[in-house]
Order: sequence, then C-alpha cells, then structure tokens
Amino acid sequence: MIYNYLAIFTAFGVSYLIRVLPLTLIRKPIKNRFIRSFLYYVPYVTLAVMTFPAIVQATQSPIAGIIALVIGIILSFFGAGLFPVACVCCAVVFIAELFL
Amino acid sequence: MKNGKVFLEGLRDGVPIGLGYFAVAFSLGIVARNAGLTPIQGFIASFFNLASAGEYALFTSMQAAASFLEIAIITLVVNARYLLMSCALAQRFDPATPMIHRFFVGFGITDEIFGITIARPGTIQPVYNYGAILIAATLWSLGTSMGIIAGNFLPARVVSALSVALYGMFLAIIIPPARKNLVIAIAVAVSFLCSWVCGIIPYVKELSSGTRTIILTVVIASIVAIIKPIEDTETDGPSTSSGTTGTPDGGTL
Repeated sequence: MIYNYLAIFTAFGVSYLIRVLPLTLIRKPIKNRFIRSFLYYVPYVTLAVMTFPAIVQATQSPIAGIIALVIGIILSFFGAGLFPVACVCCAVVFIAELFL
Repeated sequence: MKNGKVFLEGLRDGVPIGLGYFAVAFSLGIVARNAGLTPIQGFIASFFNLASAGEYALFTSMQAAASFLEIAIITLVVNARYLLMSCALAQRFDPATPMIHRFFVGFGITDEIFGITIARPGTIQPVYNYGAILIAATLWSLGTSMGIIAGNFLPARVVSALSVALYGMFLAIIIPPARKNLVIAIAVAVSFLCSWVCGIIPYVKELSSGTRTIILTVVIASIVAIIKPIEDTETDGPSTSSGTTGTPDGGTL
C-alpha cells in the first residue's frame, strides 16, 4: 500500500516538474528564430505522429480505423469542430465494426 | 470579465477529450488492477499524473516492483514531450497573468489539452484550461477507477469506438491549419509517414511509442524549422493576439 502511493507520487513529482519548470522559468519571449519555429511546428508534428498509425491500431478492425481517419480528415478539412469530428469518428467505427 | 463564458468553453471542449480519456482510462484501469491498485489509488494516480503512456509505464513498473528511481526515469522519458509543450505554452502566456496560473495550467498539460489550448487565438486564458482540465481529469480518473472495478464491463465494441474520439479530435486540431499552410500540411504528411515507418522497421519498432514520439517530434520539427523558419517579427509579445504577425496561421502558436 505504502509502496503504491510512493510510486504514484514519484511519477507525479517528475511529471509535474516537467510540465511546470519551463512555464515558470521561461518568462520572456524567446528571440531565437530556430527555437520559435521549432516550437511552432512541434504540436502539429506531435499530434500527427500520435494519430497515425495509432488510430488504425486502436480499433478492433484496422479498416474501421482507416475509415474513421479518412472521414475525420475530410470533416476537419471542411471546418468541423473538435467535438463533431470526435463523435462522427466514434460513430463511424461503431457502425463499421457491425459489418466488418 | 468574460471568465464564466471562457470557463464554459473550456468545459465544452473538454467533453470530447474526456470521452476519449474515459475509454483509454478504462483499459488503463485493467492494467492498474493487474498491478494491484485499488480503485481509489487508480483515481489518485490518474488525477495527478494525467498521462496515458506515463501511467501505463508507471503501472507496469509497479507490477514489476520497480525502484522509485526507475519509476522516476521512465516517467521522465515517457513524458518528456510535455517539456516541449510547456516551453511552447510559456510563449503564449501574457506576462501580466499572475504567476500562480502557471502552476495550475502546467498541472493540466496533456497532449489533448495542449492541443486545444494552442488552437485558440491570442494569449492563454487560464480559466479555459481549468474548464477543460476539470472535465477531462474527472473522466480520466473515473475511467481508471471503473476499469479497476468493472474489468470488462464495457463491450469491446464500445471501447473500440470510443477510443478513436481522441484521434478524431487530433485531426480536427491539425487539419484546418494544414489546409491554410502548405508547410504544416507537408509536416503533417511527413509525420504520418515517418510514424508509420518507424512502427515497422526493426529495432526502431522495439522502442516504446512514447520514445518514438519524442524522437520523431524533435527530428521532424527541427528539420522543418531549419528549412522553413517562421517569419521574423519585430514584436513577439502579447500583441500576437492581433493575428497579424508573420506566423503563417495567426491563430496557432
């Protein structure tokens, strides 16, 4: 029991420092053009890396995941918001897996 | 002034995140149960750690009775990307925002909350994050507890469908800017491709997905930043909220 709590809060301590140190130590705008460009692209790259192929592997049937990916891209392209796209992707997988 | 409205927007945008989290947390709860966590411990672990890969690493380490040093190191590696996200968010904080908000906004940095935060124009409005964190963290922690309690309570089909909510949301974050900006579009396509390839080629595929994410992010974002640096701007402060800076997409970062 004690071990479990100590383990949980060890992990918390490390992840909290990772999350808060840059936010609290970097108070001024970064001037370096490379760093600013790098930070500008990071979120798109990270999210893209985490989305594919994970979306195809998250579903029971890979084909359902691929269909959700394609429909999600199309909907987002035409400006649908976060919640609609998320819901439609879920629905697509649920329906697709009824048939696959 | 409009804090209430902004908080509600945060709650609203936290819903799809929370739904996706719930499904992931549920399956994570099964891992936690195998590691001998009680539902309350699972709730606490998830509430404070707020990291799927990080907690997966934590629970499997606990099951193996790992030392606290080992747990600290694996958490550092698996969650290292939050360091990058925190740096990016630091750039979007209004210097006039009280310091205390940095401690609380930092607490709730996850991939998804980071994503919706940077998708908003202008400087960070902490109450928006608090709304999103409240709903997302609650569902995340509850999902973990319920996974521990109920095991296979949800049909696999439902878990399967809910698990893509997260990815649908990611797409809704990255595709609209990619449509407006060719460089982002290419970066996204290259990221998809590299991520897929790295999951296939020998040795590299043995790395945890968290490690692959770190490496790919650093490498791809660096290369794109070298080839296509964003426009230099005279003033790079809070004034960016005007949306007229040189950055290709005024609404993002």
